[in-house]
Amino acid sequence: MALGPTGTNIKDKLTRAFQPQLLDVIDESHLHAGHAGSHPDGESHFRVKIVSEAFAGKSRVDMHRMVNAALADELKSRVHALAIQASEPK
Amino acid sequence: MTDIKTWIDNEVKSNDVVLFMKGTPDAPMCGFSGRVVQILDHLGADYKGINVLESGEVRQGIKDYSNWPTIPQLYVKGEFIGGCDIVTEMFQSGELKTLIAEKTAA
Repeated sequence: MALGPTGTNIKDKLTRAFQPQLLDVIDESHLHAGHAGSHPDGESHFRVKIVSEAFAGKSRVDMHRMVNAALADELKSRVHALAIQASEPK
Repeated sequence: MTDIKTWIDNEVKSNDVVLFMKGTPDAPMCGFSGRVVQILDHLGADYKGINVLESGEVRQGIKDYSNWPTIPQLYVKGEFIGGCDIVTEMFQSGELKTLIAEKTAA
């Protein structure tokens, strides 16, 4: 599914912040339609898969904190849930 | 604010495994909280569930305490382990079982 404006924004911000080797932003809002925190226009639930050198040597909690910090504005407003799979290159 | 921080600090340090969640272990109110409950139950972990929906102060307080923006949040022996994604990842790799067994061994 093509990303809407919020998803595109998430992708841009993560690309700038981490220069990832792999980045996949998936809008999963349709899976949560009608649930708590869902938005009538979608773009409320996202899954992010990201691999970046920036995560080298970081704990899982640190990696997630870095991603959440980069997307702080989105998490405060539109985005209700952000599933994160972050790792350093193998 | 100091009071809620002290209360949370006491909860995570006086219970081996604490899950801050939406709803209760018997009736989770959110899919992400529900998934962590299922994992802990599957592992046979003895844990305390704290329903953040009962108190706006706790709900915001735990986010500040952990520097973590979302619920659920799992603590083992006073250490913040992570939210739903990390707990799931650690369960799948077997790390969570080992961690809980090691940390809660008498």
